[in-house]
Amino acid sequence: MLLDWLYVAVFAIVGLVLAGLPLVIVWLLAPRIDYPQKRSTYESGVVPFGQAWAQFNIRYYIFGLVFVVFDVEVIYLYPWAVVFKDLGAFAFVEMVIFLTILMVGLAYAWRKGALEWV
Amino acid sequence: MGKLAVFIILSCVTLIPAVIVVTSRNMVRAALSLVPTFLGVTGLYVTLDAEFVAGIQVLIYAGAITVLILFVIMLTEGGTGLRVRQMNAQTKLGALVAFGMAVVLIAFTTATRWPVKAGTMPRYNAAAVGNAFLTSYALVFEVTSLVLLVSLIGAIIIARREE
Amino acid sequence: MNWLIEIGKAAALCVVVFTFIAISVMVMVYAERKLSAWMQARIGPRHVGPQGLLQLIADTVKLLQKENIVPRQADYLVFSTAPLIVAVAALLDYVVIPLGKVGDTVLIVRDINIGVLYFAAMASLTVIGILTGGWASNNKYSLLGGLRSAAQMVSYEIPLGLSIICVAMLASTLSTVGIVEAQRGRWFIFQAFPFGFFAFVVFIIASTAETNRVPFDLPEAESELIAGYQSEYTGMRFSLFQLGEYGELFGMSAMAVVMFLGGWSGPRPVPPLLWFFIKTYALVFVMIWVRWTYPRFRIDQLLNLSWKFLLPVGLVNILGIGAWLILLR
Repeated sequence: MLLDWLYVAVFAIVGLVLAGLPLVIVWLLAPRIDYPQKRSTYESGVVPFGQAWAQFNIRYYIFGLVFVVFDVEVIYLYPWAVVFKDLGAFAFVEMVIFLTILMVGLAYAWRKGALEWV
Repeated sequence: MGKLAVFIILSCVTLIPAVIVVTSRNMVRAALSLVPTFLGVTGLYVTLDAEFVAGIQVLIYAGAITVLILFVIMLTEGGTGLRVRQMNAQTKLGALVAFGMAVVLIAFTTATRWPVKAGTMPRYNAAAVGNAFLTSYALVFEVTSLVLLVSLIGAIIIARREE
Repeated sequence: MNWLIEIGKAAALCVVVFTFIAISVMVMVYAERKLSAWMQARIGPRHVGPQGLLQLIADTVKLLQKENIVPRQADYLVFSTAPLIVAVAALLDYVVIPLGKVGDTVLIVRDINIGVLYFAAMASLTVIGILTGGWASNNKYSLLGGLRSAAQMVSYEIPLGLSIICVAMLASTLSTVGIVEAQRGRWFIFQAFPFGFFAFVVFIIASTAETNRVPFDLPEAESELIAGYQSEYTGMRFSLFQLGEYGELFGMSAMAVVMFLGGWSGPRPVPPLLWFFIKTYALVFVMIWVRWTYPRFRIDQLLNLSWKFLLPVGLVNILGIGAWLILLR
């Protein structure tokens, strides 16, 4: 089992090197001619107006929060799903309760308009 | 010997980005540095044979919490791009408290006798966790869903108020 | 020194898998261009090599010679890291994909115990690369594209996870090899009818959204956002994003084959490896087909589809499969 994850670690490190390799080739091959206009931010051809780093819509944050809650819920389902066949009806009832409580949460979010974009 | 080496490497992977998280003046860089920290912790879980927890660590922390933190940073006024102040007047006091805390923690962990329990970790983590959920910890498992429900409702209420 | 040999083996395998991804991405981009041309009554690439087969190699050589431009206002460090994250996240997906069986050995990098959970976890890392890449460009289009993409990908991760749960219930394991073995009698898409089929459909829709393809391509909607989070990226960094995206497309299709279409299994005379590729490329073809057939969603429609349709359907689906498994016992 440790060996499995050793492979994952090696894949991550060697993968970074391999993905970086073309960038090295670019560094060796590609031209480097610099003038101010080239390095200006692209804004459909007009001179950039202000910075892009400004405050953004709160909507994204709400969806992020709801997402984290449901992601955790899905995580709880994994171990249950694996042993479900062995345990049968009891496991099913237990999970119906678990899911019902969470569906109440979904219904609440729905009702309160947390899932509306506009 | 090998285990110790792995532990030291993983600790470095965890702690060095963690220092960047604290010291970086750029909040997005700080949040991005959390990713290697979380992955280092994943490695530590793997060395403890807790494969399932390692999977959760990547999915929830590296994949979800980091995105949430990035959203928050990008949403707060002046959170991005702006270089925030790293130090304030209480730097020295803070360092003192942190140092004292570290001394106390190290003293306690080295002084305590940690009972070693016999037995091995089940090879198939997820199934073992599932069995525990559905037999000995059934009630705890159901209460967890209530905790999730409460946190969802709380999140919505807080986010609504800010709007 | 046993572990040194293992590290060497892992590194060699990594090079093999990376090359495999690069080649299959080229094949898919070529297929996409040819098929889209065919669907629009054009001819598509044809000048480089027979039927334009060498077009993608020519493109790669061209991209290697392109200058790496980093906008003055961008955050250089984050800007350069983001494409690497996307590419490596796609590469890590491939660790658990079983390609076929030769004799008794399964062609897989490592059969990790928590296989499908690992796959979902690694696929979720892509979001970080796209979001920070969009932010680091300090371009309004990029930032909007990155944020939209992140909102979309996290929304569709939930239905994706729910359909993975359905498979885990049917197979009683999370290991990808175990899942394929469990489908020996009947593919999961046909089991627990119609719930197995629903789970498959949810997975396909969610994985199309995860790979940011039409009809879920709002993050890079060229008519409103130029190229979304990729707007400021040039040359090889741009290609790394493309590599990650198409790599993810193949990975998701392969995972759908493993989880629902019996993986490498198939009638005898055709070798398992070939079966696997036939099925995976069939799914890739469907995704390309969809891309050139349907228009784009609006963002509220996209989020409604995930939260108000796929999520409840996924939950009901889990209960349906549970009831089916109990009645069958």
